[in-house]
Amino acid sequence: MNRIEPASPVCYAPEDELFACAAPRAYAVEQYRKDFPILDQQVHGHPLVYFDSAASAQKPKPVIEAMTRFMENDYANIHRGVHELSVRATDQYEAARERVRRFINARRAEEIIFTHVGTEGFNLVASSWGRKFLKEGDEIVITTLEHHANIVPWQLLRDQIGVVLRIVPVTPQGEVQIEDVKAVLSRHTKLVAVAHVSNALGTVLPIAEIIDLAHKQGALALIDGCQAVQHMPVDVRTLDADFYIFTGHKLYGPTGIGVLYGKYALLEKMPPYQGGGEMIANVSFDKTIYKDPPHRFEAGTPPITEAIGLAAAIDYVSTIGLNRIARHEAELLDYATEKLHGINSLKIIGTAPHKAGVLSFVMEGAHPHDIGTILDRQGIAIRAGHHCAQPLMEHLGLAATARVSFGLYNTKEEVDALVKALNKVREIFA
Amino acid sequence: MTNTALDSDLRDLYQDLILDHGKHPRNFHTMPQANREALGHNPLCGDRLMLYLTVDENGIIQNAAFQGSGCAISMASASMMTEMLKGKSAAETEKLFRYLHASCTGTEMSAADINEDDADRLKALAGVRHYPMRVKCATLAWHTLQAALKNEKQVSTE
Repeated sequence: MNRIEPASPVCYAPEDELFACAAPRAYAVEQYRKDFPILDQQVHGHPLVYFDSAASAQKPKPVIEAMTRFMENDYANIHRGVHELSVRATDQYEAARERVRRFINARRAEEIIFTHVGTEGFNLVASSWGRKFLKEGDEIVITTLEHHANIVPWQLLRDQIGVVLRIVPVTPQGEVQIEDVKAVLSRHTKLVAVAHVSNALGTVLPIAEIIDLAHKQGALALIDGCQAVQHMPVDVRTLDADFYIFTGHKLYGPTGIGVLYGKYALLEKMPPYQGGGEMIANVSFDKTIYKDPPHRFEAGTPPITEAIGLAAAIDYVSTIGLNRIARHEAELLDYATEKLHGINSLKIIGTAPHKAGVLSFVMEGAHPHDIGTILDRQGIAIRAGHHCAQPLMEHLGLAATARVSFGLYNTKEEVDALVKALNKVREIFA
Repeated sequence: MTNTALDSDLRDLYQDLILDHGKHPRNFHTMPQANREALGHNPLCGDRLMLYLTVDENGIIQNAAFQGSGCAISMASASMMTEMLKGKSAAETEKLFRYLHASCTGTEMSAADINEDDADRLKALAGVRHYPMRVKCATLAWHTLQAALKNEKQVSTE
């Protein structure tokens, strides 16, 4: 395995956890909270409790500072200037790609494509791989709990070339069962595209088994990791995922950058997704030669500063350690689940045994939007709505849920504040 | 914010009239004999309501009913609206909507030519003026009404 040693003696994880300090460190949540300047404020006269990290996570100082430092000192366009700043910017942009590679343990940095949003990764695969390699009647398998980003691009493809979407149902508890995946797979299956973690329910899907099943069927596996990489170590090589997608802003990085990982052998055969500058080797009016991956898929000036910010975010979570973040968040989730179970008239939606980061619920007599407003007035930010997963909501017979989601900076005291605030909801809607 | 201030702030939004209509919406049923209907939908929050009207040959609303699901504000607004519509012309409903809109956005507007009961109901929704994200909840039913009167089948608000 081609490991890169950490440059400084701090504990890196997860990929470098073999080298980590011998003694387990206490999870210093109060110290980490200080890294997030935004958390230190009052909202409507109450200390801010930010429980909406699944929508977008807050940014630690190292990310903000890395982006500022880059713009103040080294910023220029990349891959084209002969001047010093362009060289520096190019080096840092490509170093960010290498940082992402190491983060998810991809084989080569060329397997990391920088997109502008998580959603773009799905569209890239659908347009490029889908239109080249799929034909009418080929089947794409997704599950009921997918985010719209992992539904609509395949529907566009269906309308363009006639592929068929097959849906694996979820159980009332919000689980995806292997038997149900098997039942939907067929010799027509060409792609299995599933979430690693459900954004609406928090369910962690058995993706290793699903990927294995897809491969046995001769299909590719695409994993939506937008709700996973911030909560647990992810190793695309061990998983053997063909494509893996995530986004910067949910990983404590900036908006405006996403990542599409693809196995190089696949990327190599895929045509460009968008045409323009940066993605060409040579252009003439007769024939244009495209660059090799990943640059073939990065038309136009990419999100350079955002890539620097994303690398800083990865450094940040890795320094704390994703295993430790996962343990902390699992404790919080257990604690909150137990506390919320104690509230009459509240029902938790999504009770899979293996969940990460998300607690969705409804309350009798109080609509999720009313819950959201009443919590907001007590300083607590949650999400209320369909969470861009309308087919799932319909499947569960709900129009909306209230969703609490955790980040590395949340505490049990904040869960206590939530419970207290939910009692106010009950009071008003009693 | 103290607990009392919090209560008064939230009570401004969730007044008893709103909570009552939200919990027990009036005229909450389908209407097979309706000659105008429209679906109001807020795709952002998932609120959805079907409005049914019978309108006579002079353009006067004879009956109104609705069905749907949504938050307390949107349900209460729709419920109170159906109570106000009977006997009104399109022009009169327009006037009510303008008044509601003004209350919800904190603009002063005279209630001189609006009957007192209607003005009270509409004023009960004025609490949303402190909650910009919730104004659309209060106005969804009224946008749906406009669509129904114009014979448009569907309206979306965001």
